[in-house]
Amino acid sequence: MKFLCVKCDEQMKFIKADTPEEGSVSIIFGCPKCNNQIAMLTNPQETQLVRTLGVNIGGGAAPHEPLTLTKGLMKDKPPLLDDDIVWTKEAEERLKMVPPFVQPMAKRAIISYAREKGIGEITLQVMDVVKEKSGM
Amino acid sequence: MKRYSEISGDGGSNIVAQVVAQRDRLKSRMDRIRHKVAVMSGKGGVGKSAVTVNLSTLLAMRGYRVGIVDADINGPSVAKMTGVRGRKLDTSENGVLPAIGYSGIKVMSTDMLLPFDETPVAWNGPSSTHAWVGTAEMGMVRELLTDTCWGDLDMLFIDLPPGPNRLNDIINLIPDLNGVIMVTIPSEVSELVVMKSISMVKELKIPILGLIENMGSYICKSCGSEEPLFPHSSVKDMAAYLNISYLGRIPFDPLISQALDKGLPFLAENKDSPSKKAFMKIGEKLIQCTEFQCRASL
Repeated sequence: MKFLCVKCDEQMKFIKADTPEEGSVSIIFGCPKCNNQIAMLTNPQETQLVRTLGVNIGGGAAPHEPLTLTKGLMKDKPPLLDDDIVWTKEAEERLKMVPPFVQPMAKRAIISYAREKGIGEITLQVMDVVKEKSGM
Repeated sequence: MKRYSEISGDGGSNIVAQVVAQRDRLKSRMDRIRHKVAVMSGKGGVGKSAVTVNLSTLLAMRGYRVGIVDADINGPSVAKMTGVRGRKLDTSENGVLPAIGYSGIKVMSTDMLLPFDETPVAWNGPSSTHAWVGTAEMGMVRELLTDTCWGDLDMLFIDLPPGPNRLNDIINLIPDLNGVIMVTIPSEVSELVVMKSISMVKELKIPILGLIENMGSYICKSCGSEEPLFPHSSVKDMAAYLNISYLGRIPFDPLISQALDKGLPFLAENKDSPSKKAFMKIGEKLIQCTEFQCRASL
């Protein structure tokens, strides 16, 4: 992809790329003539696909590091077992306040979320997030 | 207003140069390896990795410099079978140093990058679509090939996942692949599926070095006679029908799986077993075949 400053009819130059956030990269380009800057915010899915080709978006000047792609693609955290997940006292107390017939379901949902996110400690904040996500 | 072709470069990413550099790195690594052979099957569970590891052991015992890259990203087993699982991988300025197994076999597998036994190969990323996972897996295989300090090798085995899907990608990565060894067991189901894989390999015009019939028989512990493990084996006939070389039949031997589970070299420790003899015959044919191919290409 190339960027052109319409006003100056000049190719915009790469200035910097930010660290990817949620799969999207922000890349800033500027016009060498009028100094106007624009930011390209990449689509996470496309960015992800391009990255699997092992190329750096927004500049390939960085020295080659072995297995960068492999290490970046693999989740290196072991899956948490239920026993590995700790509940804070406050979280335990709040769970007890949930009606007994809903408790197992609520507990499962919270543990499932924690495992998915690699969270080792259930806090009130974690419970709030699950509550909001599940509409409980 | 300027058009696309009037502007040089690609906006700063220089993707083409990056891809060219990537290919050059891979080529310079592969150029130091005399023979590159993929081992594949039609379906899983036919002992493809076990055959790969044992053939590697055999060649290494004969003095060949051998490496194995485990291209089965989601079901890596070569590290375990070669006894290198859990070893820390060191890096040098030239890349990652492979784990060294029995008789100097160099091994590279994603399994050695996973922190715990129960850790699956899971993906970091906002989506896990089929297309993306396929590209990601091949990216990882490319890195295992490119970023490993293989050094000078006589033979690099590429242990593929079950099925023919990945072969096309391997050819893109290693255009001078010497060929493919097909592995099957003499069950009708396996034979049917391996036949499809063979047809696909032929369509891709990749040399098939031969077909190995694994677990083709068993040895009676009481009388020592060799009996068929499956009722009707037609692997040899299939090889003749498809006009490919039949490399041989390996008897089922519990000692093979016991050794592989412990990461021990079965062939070095079971001197007169029928399975070892079978492997030795197959190894000889493989050496002749690849050496002949090498001479023919000179």
